[in-house]
Amino acid sequence: MKAGIVVFPGINRERDMAIALEQSSGEKPRMIWHKETDLSGLDLVVIPGGFSFGDYLRCGAMAARSPVMAAIHAHATRGGYILGVCNGFQILTEAGLLPGALLRNAALRFLSMDCQLTVERADTVFTKRYQKGQTFRSVMAHGDGNFFADDATLDRLEGEGLVAFRYAGENLNGSARAIAGVYSPNLRVLGLMPHPEDLVDPLMGGTDGKPLFDALAAA
Amino acid sequence: MKATVTVMLKTGVLDPQGKAIAHALGTLGFDNVNDVRAGKVIELDLNETDPAKARAEAEDMARKLLANGVIESFRVEVA
Repeated sequence: MKAGIVVFPGINRERDMAIALEQSSGEKPRMIWHKETDLSGLDLVVIPGGFSFGDYLRCGAMAARSPVMAAIHAHATRGGYILGVCNGFQILTEAGLLPGALLRNAALRFLSMDCQLTVERADTVFTKRYQKGQTFRSVMAHGDGNFFADDATLDRLEGEGLVAFRYAGENLNGSARAIAGVYSPNLRVLGLMPHPEDLVDPLMGGTDGKPLFDALAAA
Repeated sequence: MKATVTVMLKTGVLDPQGKAIAHALGTLGFDNVNDVRAGKVIELDLNETDPAKARAEAEDMARKLLANGVIESFRVEVA
């Protein structure tokens, strides 16, 4: 599928994301500056990690009100695919495209380390190269990854199968119900805190994140 | 006129920053602290002379940007 990566000032993981997407699809993703408003021709819009607008006010708050976001809302309404990683996940919640919010890590520390993720369902466009219940290695690098939603929202997310990934083992950032990533109701928007793009080549130390990009490339 | 928007985490939302401040105050010997909540104060200088309109505008800003309704509540004071 044709992919584009949205770049806000302060985003710093767009090149890693481009490598991961290109390695699986053989196609260079389009880089989209946050002031652009035309996303036509794209099947997948990716919002990568970083510190958009210096994390001012709240992580992702400024980016979520950028000019490009109207086009991203329209893309979502059309049924387009959206992937938000780390700051991208924060931006998607701030924009109201995904439920909940990401709070400061429970222990207040910036967490930069490996983590293990459990795949909650393997029948989405993002996860069909994984197995349901499978655990895989990923990398977290965030200060605000503590997923929060009220109990009614959490119950709904679980009841409707919209939890994408959970932290297996220790839930270091304190996320509600150990949730690491969630889907939109149509399963076409995914946000997650850890970085699957960090492990897509043996030279990076592993390929645990590659199935996600392979699945997207094949969709 | 000036509008002051105070943004606080909602009751029930864990405030690790407040907890850390409470801990540090305890270390300094302030033993009377039951709990600490940390928030933000945003001062707006508005080109508006009608207090009701200034308040309404500041509340609109708080709903659309200054506070995240999922986790935060806000109050507006106009002067």
